[in-house]
Amino acid sequence: MQLYLPIAEVSVNAIALVGIGGIVGFLSGLFGVGGGFLITPLLFFIGIPPAVAVATGSNQVVASSISGVLAQLKRKAVDFRMGAVLLGGGLIGSSVGIWVFRKLSAAGQVDLFVQLSYVLFLGVVGLMMLQESLRALARSRKPGAPIRRAHVHTWVHGMPLKMKFRTSGLYISVIPPLVIGAFIGFLSAVMGVGGGFIMVPAMIYLLGMPTKVVIGTSLFQIIFTTAFTTVMHAVSSQTVDLMLALLLILGGVVGAQFGARVGVKLRAEQLRILLALLVLAVCARVAFDLVMTPEEFYSITAGRLP
Amino acid sequence: MIRAVALFLMLALGLPAVAEEKIVAGLSQSSVSITADYAGSEILVYGAVKRETPIPEGAPLRVIITVEGPDQPVLVRRKDRVYGIWINNDKLEAGMVPSFYAVATSAPLKDALSPEADLRYGITLPPALRTEDRDSQPFLDALLRIRTQDGRYATYENTIALTEQTLFRTDIVLPAALTEGNYTVRVFLTRDGAVVDEMKRTLWVRKAGLERFLYEAAHQYALLYGLAALLIAAVAGWGASAIFARLRW
Repeated sequence: MQLYLPIAEVSVNAIALVGIGGIVGFLSGLFGVGGGFLITPLLFFIGIPPAVAVATGSNQVVASSISGVLAQLKRKAVDFRMGAVLLGGGLIGSSVGIWVFRKLSAAGQVDLFVQLSYVLFLGVVGLMMLQESLRALARSRKPGAPIRRAHVHTWVHGMPLKMKFRTSGLYISVIPPLVIGAFIGFLSAVMGVGGGFIMVPAMIYLLGMPTKVVIGTSLFQIIFTTAFTTVMHAVSSQTVDLMLALLLILGGVVGAQFGARVGVKLRAEQLRILLALLVLAVCARVAFDLVMTPEEFYSITAGRLP
Repeated sequence: MIRAVALFLMLALGLPAVAEEKIVAGLSQSSVSITADYAGSEILVYGAVKRETPIPEGAPLRVIITVEGPDQPVLVRRKDRVYGIWINNDKLEAGMVPSFYAVATSAPLKDALSPEADLRYGITLPPALRTEDRDSQPFLDALLRIRTQDGRYATYENTIALTEQTLFRTDIVLPAALTEGNYTVRVFLTRDGAVVDEMKRTLWVRKAGLERFLYEAAHQYALLYGLAALLIAAVAGWGASAIFARLRW
C-alpha cells in the first residue's frame, strides 16, 4: 500500500514503514535504547529526505520510549532522580545541537557529520561493551574467580555536589550525570537519536549504576530529550512528518512491548553482548558507505534551503 | 501591377495559411489532488488542429507537448574523496529550475523541432541547463542526469498519437514524488522544425484532504503541530503498554 507523505513529499510503502517501526521498537524495548540510531539510517535508505528522517525519527523514539518505560516502571527499574539530572543536562545539549544542526545543514556537511558521529560513537561504544560483557560472561562461568566489588571508587566519586540516588544505590556528584546528559542531548539533536546507545554504557561504566535500573532510567530520560528535539525541529524547520511518524509509532510501540518482555528472559550480559553486536553492525554499515566510492558523485537539494 | 496583385494575393492567402492552423486542446483534468493514497498519475492531453483551408502541402505537421512543474531553487553538491572518505566538497546553486519537466513529441525530436525554435520557445530542457562556465557545467549535467533517473525530467519521443495531421493525444506520467504548484502544459504545432502555433494550459497540483491539512498545520501552527506529534507519540506509547498489560502475557 503506497502512501504519500505530506512533509517528506515522497510516496512510500506503508507496510514497510510499520515494519521498520516494529523492528526498531522491538530492539528499543529489549535494550533500553530509543532506536534512533537504527531508524534514521533506515529512513534514509527508503528515500526519506535526511532532515525529515532526523526530525520524525525523534518523534518515533518518544513513543517507543514511553511504551518501554511503562513496561520498566512495573519492575520498579526507573531512577527518576537520576533521570531528572540527566535531563537537565540533556536540554542544554539539545539546544546547542539544534543550532549546530542548522549551521551544518547550511554548509552541506550535516550528512558527513552525522555519519562520522555514527562511526565514531557506535564503534567506540560497541567495542567497549562487547569487550566488557564478554569478560563478564567468562567470569560468571568460572565460579572460582574473584568477584569484583560492587562499588568501585573512581574519580567520579571525588567530585563535589553529591546527591543520593536511592533507586540506583549511588551517592555521587551530580556533575558527571549532567555532563553526560548534555553530551547526549547534543547528539540527539544532531543525529536524530535518543542517545541510549551511549547513555546505557555511560550509566553502567561511568556512573556505576546497576544494569537493572539503567534501561528504564535511560528510556525515561530519552522521552524528554527527544520530545524537546521533536518540537524544536517542528518549529525551526517544519520537518516532522506526522503521517510518517504515525506509521512508525504504530509498529514501534507494539514492538517495544514485545522487546521488553523478551528482555526479561535474557541475562544482562547476554543482552549487552547482543546490543554491542548490533551497534557494531550499524557502525560498520555507515563506515562502509563513507569509504566506498559512491555510484553518483552529485546530490541535489531542492526547495527552500536551510 | 499584375506582379503587385500576385504579391498581395500571396501575402493575403499564402502566408496566413500557415498561421491558420490553430490548436484546440484540453486536459483530462484541470487539477491533480495529492491525497494520502496518491502514487503517481497520468494526465491525458488531447486536441485537434483547427484550420479553414486544406492541409498544407510539404513538411508534415508535428505536435510537441511539454509539461513543466513549478520552479524551485536547487543546490547541487559534489562528493570528493578527502582523506579516504567521501564528503560533499563542492557545490553549485543552480537557481530556479523546474521540479518536473516532460516533453512528448509525435515524431523524433530532431525532425519535429529546429534548434533555433527550441531556443526561442524554450521547449527542451538541456539548452536551459547549459552554461558558459566550464566548472559549473558538470553540476548541471548531473542535475539533468539525476532528475531523469528519478522520472522528474523525461523526454518521450514518438508518443503523441497524431491522426490525419489533425487529432492528437498523449498521456503524460506524473511521478509519485510530486511537488505542489501550478504545472504549465504547452502544446506546439511545428512544420519543418518551425513553430506554427502554441497554446498553454495550467494544471493545478495541490495536496488535498489530510495531506493539505497536515502540511498547512506544520507550517502555520508549527508549535502546536510539534506538540500534537508528541501527544500522538505519548498516547500511542501509553496505549500499547496498557493493552499489553491487559493481555497479561
